[in-house]
Amino acid sequence: MNENPVTLAEEAGPLETGPSLVARVFGVSAVGPFVALLLVGAFFALKSDRFLTGSNLSLVLQQTIEVGTLAIGQTLIILTAGIDLSCGAVMAFGSIVMTKLAVDNGVPPILAIALGIVACGGFGLLNGMLVTSIKLPAFIVTLGTLNIAFALTHIYSSEATITGVPGEMTFFGDTFKLGGTAITYATVVMLALFFVVWFVLTQSPVGRHVYALGNNPEAVRLAGVHVRRLLVGVYVTAGLIYGIAAFLLVARTQVGDPAAGQTDNLDSITAVVLGGTSLFGGRGNVIGTLVGAVIVSIIRNGLTLLGVDSIYQVLITGILVILAVTADQLTRRRSR
Amino acid sequence: MSTPTPVLEAHGLVKRYGHVTAMDRCDFELRPGEILAVIGDNGAGKSTLIKALSGAIIPDEGTIRLDGQEVRFHGPLDARRHGIETVYQDLAVAPALTIAENLFLGRELLRAGTLGKVVRLLAKKQMLQEARRQMDELRIGIRSMRQAVETLSGGQRQGVAVARSAAFAQHVVIMDEPTAALGVKESRMVLDLILRIRERGLPVILISHNMPHVFEVSDRIHIQRLGRRAALVATKSISMPDAVAIMTGAARGDLLPSTTS
Repeated sequence: MNENPVTLAEEAGPLETGPSLVARVFGVSAVGPFVALLLVGAFFALKSDRFLTGSNLSLVLQQTIEVGTLAIGQTLIILTAGIDLSCGAVMAFGSIVMTKLAVDNGVPPILAIALGIVACGGFGLLNGMLVTSIKLPAFIVTLGTLNIAFALTHIYSSEATITGVPGEMTFFGDTFKLGGTAITYATVVMLALFFVVWFVLTQSPVGRHVYALGNNPEAVRLAGVHVRRLLVGVYVTAGLIYGIAAFLLVARTQVGDPAAGQTDNLDSITAVVLGGTSLFGGRGNVIGTLVGAVIVSIIRNGLTLLGVDSIYQVLITGILVILAVTADQLTRRRSR
Repeated sequence: MSTPTPVLEAHGLVKRYGHVTAMDRCDFELRPGEILAVIGDNGAGKSTLIKALSGAIIPDEGTIRLDGQEVRFHGPLDARRHGIETVYQDLAVAPALTIAENLFLGRELLRAGTLGKVVRLLAKKQMLQEARRQMDELRIGIRSMRQAVETLSGGQRQGVAVARSAAFAQHVVIMDEPTAALGVKESRMVLDLILRIRERGLPVILISHNMPHVFEVSDRIHIQRLGRRAALVATKSISMPDAVAIMTGAARGDLLPSTTS
């Protein structure tokens, strides 16, 4: 049989001519979102001369903070082939916990922030336990916890906005100058968080396991990874990230608002999908999510600059999501 | 006793599921460096036996010996720690991950020093090189270890799964229907792989429905019937129709010259 080796090497060329550098760093699916970002940016730059100014772009990033940060946690969960509808409500709950503790109970601001973040982590733990132990679909579980978080937020705050938040809690809402443009510290925190999560996802074993889990959970189990612990870990991490989003929300708005984040769950899913992460799990990357979140913000911002009614912004975002999911589905079918 | 100590040996394995006895005092023997085929009709208890040997189920009765030492596997991981690797029929690979990532899934190599221990940074270059070395050694012609597994053909994917088990197995490689989902040409490649693993000195347990494949590569055949071993014969000393006859109960296995003693 050595005379006729069937090694399926017919198409083999030079060694290690893998995917291009860009594709390797971000994954193939990240190229599409970047192109979309450039197209959307170019469109608004042509239509409005106010669009490409430093202050406007800084504003775009600022408007990305909550949805962008939530979308980091959302990406983690979607990579495992789950989904989280509770993220916005959990963030609102966390923001009420931290502001209420600090304002009404005189808890030191740093401790109040920490407790708020832990509260969000607790919701993540609840989601993770329900998904893994009762094996309910994440969609149903998080629909339930969405309502629980929403109700608790309103009960705990008595539906009142909490004002008089101490300065330590809002420091990250302050700005610094970069080349004449004012940028909030919260923007930097969000970008740093994107980087950290990207790094862990691509450079550490646990990151690879998250991808593999969304691909083929059975393979991960057979490879000796503790699947349940990994999945609960993902939900808790996402919860803690929502807690950080809550903190950035308080920093930016300087209040505890029980009505915050009500559409942020769908917005964060939109950002993830526009960023090229597959809703079926196992494919995509968090840098794409950042691009997706920025695209959503740019469309909102650009259409506002052009004086278009805000309902059209929702319409266009909806169409974009359908396009992104279609693209995802088509790529998947081709790879089968 | 002229025969060497079996690598893997089982005596009187019993496994019941409620009223159904899937395995009924089943024996098993695998010798060093051999390819042992396990054949049997559906419901003969083949997969129950294999699951017991790979730690996926715990038998109700009976003993398993590895290199002469009695072992009790508490799970697939436990068996793996004992150097028994299983290649599963349903291709247990993560399609979107690269070949190198799949080879090291759950056993990733970390960077040396603080970067590995504290930051838990992957040693990507080392894994790529090691993956390349493994694939070359088994002569699986794949261009890049950075390719996603989903871009490979079925045979190449199976090659990745086989290479993974061959890379980590210390004692035994178990292959559950490795050619079932493959075409003629790809089956050929996987059969060649099985032979190369034997060349490395690793014994292979091959579960297969495909009689020509079994007769082509195996040294001995374990014929499973009604939850127990009906026969254990040298492949050379039995014909395909006879093997099938024992498998289906048309002939009695104990009439054959046994190779167990």
